[in-house]
Amino acid sequence: MLYISVPLGKLVRRVSRLRGGGSALPGLVVEKIDPGFMQRTLATLPHGVAVVSGTNGKTTTTKMVVELLESQGLKVFTNRTGSNFTRGVAAALLGEVDWRGRLRADVAVLELDEAHAVHFVNRVPPRYSLLLNVLRDQLDRFGEIDKTAQLLHHIAAKTTGTVVLNREDPRVARIADTLTGQDVQYFGLDDSLLSTFPNDDDMRAAPGSPAPAALPHKPAADVVLRKVGPDTADFEYDGVTVTTAMKLRGVYNIFNAAAALALARSICGGGAATADHATLLTALSQVEPAFGRGESLTVDGQPLDLVLVKNPSGFRLGLKSFPAAGYATMIAINDNYADGRDMSWLWDVEFDSLRDGGVDQLTGSRAYDMALRLQYDEVRIGAVQPDIAPALAAFIREGSGKPKRIFCTYTAMLAIRRELSKITTVEVVS
Amino acid sequence: MTAESAGAVSGSKGTIRVLQLYPRDMNIYGDWGNALVLKQRISWHGYTPELLEYNVGDEFPADVDLIVGGGGQDSGQLVIQDDLQSRAGLLKELAEDGAPMLAICGLYQLFGRFFKTHLGTVIPGIGILDVETRGTDERLIGNVKVATEEFGEILGYENHSGQTTLGPGVRPLGTTAKGTGNNSSDGHEGARYKNVVASYLHGSLLPKNPAIADFLIRTAAERKFGTFEPGAPDDRFAVLAREHAARRPR
Repeated sequence: MLYISVPLGKLVRRVSRLRGGGSALPGLVVEKIDPGFMQRTLATLPHGVAVVSGTNGKTTTTKMVVELLESQGLKVFTNRTGSNFTRGVAAALLGEVDWRGRLRADVAVLELDEAHAVHFVNRVPPRYSLLLNVLRDQLDRFGEIDKTAQLLHHIAAKTTGTVVLNREDPRVARIADTLTGQDVQYFGLDDSLLSTFPNDDDMRAAPGSPAPAALPHKPAADVVLRKVGPDTADFEYDGVTVTTAMKLRGVYNIFNAAAALALARSICGGGAATADHATLLTALSQVEPAFGRGESLTVDGQPLDLVLVKNPSGFRLGLKSFPAAGYATMIAINDNYADGRDMSWLWDVEFDSLRDGGVDQLTGSRAYDMALRLQYDEVRIGAVQPDIAPALAAFIREGSGKPKRIFCTYTAMLAIRRELSKITTVEVVS
Repeated sequence: MTAESAGAVSGSKGTIRVLQLYPRDMNIYGDWGNALVLKQRISWHGYTPELLEYNVGDEFPADVDLIVGGGGQDSGQLVIQDDLQSRAGLLKELAEDGAPMLAICGLYQLFGRFFKTHLGTVIPGIGILDVETRGTDERLIGNVKVATEEFGEILGYENHSGQTTLGPGVRPLGTTAKGTGNNSSDGHEGARYKNVVASYLHGSLLPKNPAIADFLIRTAAERKFGTFEPGAPDDRFAVLAREHAARRPR
């Protein structure tokens, strides 16, 4: 079976691509007939496997880590298509290996959803893991945030080399307490930026009260984000603060750049000695946002930004990072499985910042839930149209001559990109 | 304790003080939505809302007219447990006296007699409601529709692993038409006792079920002023949000 699994899997992959099918089927086939395929293939990589997990920012961070490592001359295997579950990894591997099952890469950097990561690390213990944050997301799937923290804990415990943790997220930073054999590195934020990252715990705490459960003494971080300018960022590492240009926008994306730098430094041997920091920073300054994560398209000669929102903290950060002034605004809320069916999360976001300009269009299967939410925050609403295609057309027509921004849940974003691809150039993501 | 007040509004029919119980530790699924809806509707009815918070260790505010509290994770419930017990007498007295209260999910369970975890640990409740809850390893998750005589159809979303059974001292809030509710056997959802409304439903509950919000506000006003003179809140979005939500899958 071993010798035919790869050619067979690749064949299924070709056929299912021809039919325009999804990316998971070939993975399923190879997993069924050759369950050791993924583990065996990834075990051959000289720098091993790095897993990126957490609630928010996995896709953008993974993309950054890949580009940073490539700048150091490494050949990187990654699950670029957003198939962030085990079968998706197997499918992505099939696309990369040659017909004899050999993977020509130095290191794998994999974005994994928290729940799927647990299954993955049981089979393939990673050499590195980067754990970003634990926030309220898809609680209808995982139950509770403490449960999600346990999932990340498990990923860290299975890691054989270095675990990179977010120093500013108490649930993530605390993971270090129980690790024994692993090297632990942190990425962190300057105190002056902490207030731009409201966490779920102090979401409803009294204004000005200290964030609960923060670590009593912050450990030193390998990389600290010190400052964010309009198109620059200051990072501190090895005792020096450097300023670099950034194409990424949104403070949370740039904080994830600190995470990516910390992981890349670990993989490249760490310290000033091995990694070539000039090229690392050049690579970082050129990273473009991942699709739908602050991605900017051009429609009618005006920018149209897509901001993916999938949980309260992401929505709050999105509103904070992309101020509404001067923009036409649309919000698209779907409640399909991948979006989460529970609408409660909309009530954990404050929309006061949209009060001045109002919201021009609301759409998606839960457009009226969003309208109701805005009504209670006294935000003016232009029009409500649950069907995405006509809503988008009206938004573009009526916002003509103005830059535009759409806050959208995951499946709404896919639908919007599909519609936009009919009128502008939208990067195709398979 | 913090207070957020709309201030003295001229022509106000009077101030209604709303207390959020443990918003710091018990606020997991949009519980703020319930407090916000009460605050806004009180003002849309022509009264002045005063929003108060009570967290672990705070002084308990006097002259509270309406109490609202929400769900928590298991860890949040552990944090508040001792403090809640120390306030049991006070809260029970208020409930017996007819104070309107809304208890969602975790607080609904703790308003009952006890919560027995699936490992067998018994966490005592404060006994306002004659209900018992037992933890299971089955999680009941999804959209819910409940038929009630008092409030018409209630729409919401459940996500709990504790299963609650009602004793003779309370009546169910309603009967589930979609979803599970209190437990997987009797088809009931929530509990009603005097002016206490208890439910597993998030969504948040009050925005799409303004009839419950208005019941709580009316009761608070009548207790305090003897009468309630309603205003005319604009519920067009609530009606449409209900229609669309009712059509969504479980």
